[in-house]
Amino acid sequence: MNALLLVRALRDPDGVAALDDGGDGAGWNALIAMARAERLIGTLALRIGDRLVPQAVAPILADARLDAEREARQALWEADRAAEAIAPLGLPVVLLKGTAYAAAGLVAGQGRFIGDLDILVPRPSMQAVEQCLLRAGWEWVKDDPYDDAYYRQWMHELPPMIHAGRDRMIDVHHTVLPVTARQRPDAAAMIGDAVPITNELYILSPEDRLCHAVAHLLADGDLAGGLRNLWDIHCLLEGLDPVALDERAARHGIRPHVRQARRLAAALYGDGARLTFWDRIVVARLLARDGWGRERRKLLRFAFYLRSHWLRMPPAMLARHLFTKWRKGHRPA
Amino acid sequence: MNHALSLKIGPATFRIGSAWRQPVEALARLYADYPDAAGKVADFTVRLEPAGLFRRWLRPSIFITGDHGLADAAPMSLTHGLLAAEMGMNLQMALGWRRHLLLHAASVERDGQALVMTGESGSGKSTLAAQLGERGWRLMGDEFALLDLATGDVLPFPRLVSLKNRAIDVLAAEAPAPRMGPLLAATAKGDIRHLVPRSDAVRRMGQGARPALLLFPRFGHAAAVRGVGQGEVFMRLTQASTNYVALGEPGFAALTRFVRSVPARAIDFPSGEEAIAMVDRLWEELA
Repeated sequence: MNALLLVRALRDPDGVAALDDGGDGAGWNALIAMARAERLIGTLALRIGDRLVPQAVAPILADARLDAEREARQALWEADRAAEAIAPLGLPVVLLKGTAYAAAGLVAGQGRFIGDLDILVPRPSMQAVEQCLLRAGWEWVKDDPYDDAYYRQWMHELPPMIHAGRDRMIDVHHTVLPVTARQRPDAAAMIGDAVPITNELYILSPEDRLCHAVAHLLADGDLAGGLRNLWDIHCLLEGLDPVALDERAARHGIRPHVRQARRLAAALYGDGARLTFWDRIVVARLLARDGWGRERRKLLRFAFYLRSHWLRMPPAMLARHLFTKWRKGHRPA
Repeated sequence: MNHALSLKIGPATFRIGSAWRQPVEALARLYADYPDAAGKVADFTVRLEPAGLFRRWLRPSIFITGDHGLADAAPMSLTHGLLAAEMGMNLQMALGWRRHLLLHAASVERDGQALVMTGESGSGKSTLAAQLGERGWRLMGDEFALLDLATGDVLPFPRLVSLKNRAIDVLAAEAPAPRMGPLLAATAKGDIRHLVPRSDAVRRMGQGARPALLLFPRFGHAAAVRGVGQGEVFMRLTQASTNYVALGEPGFAALTRFVRSVPARAIDFPSGEEAIAMVDRLWEELA
C-alpha cells in the first residue's frame, strides 16, 4: 500500500464512501494515519466536508478541522507580532507559505498545517530585522557556531529563531533558495511585485507564490512532506495564466521545475498528465508511505536526501560540509 | 505491521502495531475483558518499531511512535514492550486528544461523584487511586481524567494502572494475582507492574461523574491538609493539562467552571492507610 489512497481521497473526496467496504476499518485507518503523517489531515477533513462518513470517523475529522482553525489563528497572530516588531524599519514584510495562504484566505491555506512563520525581507535589511526580532523576544535556536556561520554565509535565511514566550519559530528569508544552489531566483523582483494585504504585511504575487512553492519542493530539500507541498502547488495553480507563469519561472531560472511541478500536480491531484521517467521516480518518492503512516522505500528516500545536498551546494563544498557535520556526530535519519 | 491489536479505553480507540509479537500478546492478555475493538476505526495509531537497522533481532529495542511521536524519545528494551505500548497510547492522548480537557490526574467515583487527584509523578496519586479502586470506589483512571467541555463531568480513561516500585507490593497484597501484569524490572522509572482495573471499572468506562473534590496528594510527608486558592488550582491544572492551550476558549471555560465548583485541598501523607483515612474524612466533609 502507498499514499495513493490519500492522494485519491484529496482529489475525489466522494470516493471515500467506498472506503468502508471491507467493514473492518482498514481503509479509514490507513487513510487517517497517512494523512496525519503527511500533515494533510486538516486539508483532508475540509475536503471531505459534510459528506457521510462512518460514526467513528466524524469526530476525528472534526478535531482536525478545529486544529487547523487554531493553526491559522496562531499563525496570523505570529505574523502580526513579527510585523509589529519590524515596523520601526518601515519595510515591507512579505509572508511566505502557509501563513501567507491563511492571511490571504487562499484555497491552499484551507486546513493547512502551518509550522514556522516564514517571511521574506530585502537582503540589506537582514541585520536590522534580526536586531528588531531579538529586541522583541525572539532568540537563537542553533547554538553551534558552525551551523550559525553556515546559515549566515550560505543559506537563504537567518538561522531559525524562536519566540521565548510563545514558543513559535520564525525563518527570515532574503531569497527563496540557498545562495549556493544552482538556480538564482530574483528575490528583488519578488519583493517588488509583492501584494499588500494589510498596512505592513504583503504576500507574493500569484506567479511568485507558485514559483516559490515549486523551488521549495523540487529545487531544494529531499521531498519530505512533498505531498503537502504538491497540494499547495495544485491549489496555487488554479487560475494562473500558463504563459505569464512560464515567463516568471524563466526569470527565476526554474522553468523546468515549474513545468515538472505542473505535470506532477496534474498527475496526482488533477486530470492526469504524461509523465517522464524522472517524474515517475519523484512520484514514487512522494507516495512512499504505508497504511500505518510509516515511511517506505528507505533507499529511494536516502537517494533524495543525498540529492538535496547535491542541489544545495557545489561538490567540494558539499564534501567539506558533510565531513564537518559527520565529525559533529550528525547521521542522516 | 507484523503484529497488531485494537483497544478501546474510555472514549478513545487505539490501533497498536508492533514489529514483535510479545508486546501485543501481553496487551491482549491484560485487556482481554475490555470491549472488542477489532475492525473499528481507531482514533490513534501507535507503532512499536525497531529502534535501528538491526534492532528487531539484535538486542531488540523499541522506538515508540505513531500518529503523534517525539523524535528524541529514548529507545526501550523489548523486555519492557508492554510499558512501551502503554506509553505509546499515553503519548497519543497527551498530544492528540481534543474532545475533552485532558488532565494529568487520577480519578475515582462513588455515588455518581468523582474524586480527582493530580500531582507530579511520584506524588502517590496513582497508588492511592488504585487502592481506592480496590476498596469500594470505582477506578476511573490513574493517568488521565477527561473533563467534558459541555457538561463539566469527568469521564474515565481506565487503562491499566501503572504501579511503580514500592506501590507494586502494596497493590499485590490487595488485588488478586490474575489482575497483575508481569514485573518489568529496571525500567527508566524503576520497577513497574501493571494492574488490570476491577471489572466494574471496565464495564462502566463510558460513564462519567460530576467532580466533587480535587486533591493534590503528596506522599512521604507528615499528615497535613491545606486549602488551595482557586487561582493556584487554576494554574496548577493548566500545567497538568496537555491540551489546555490547544482547546482554546472551550478549554478555558471548562477549567474555570471546574475550579469554581470543585473544592480543593492539598494533602500530605506518610502512608497509604493514612491517606485513605484522610480521603474518607474530606469526602465526608466536602463532597
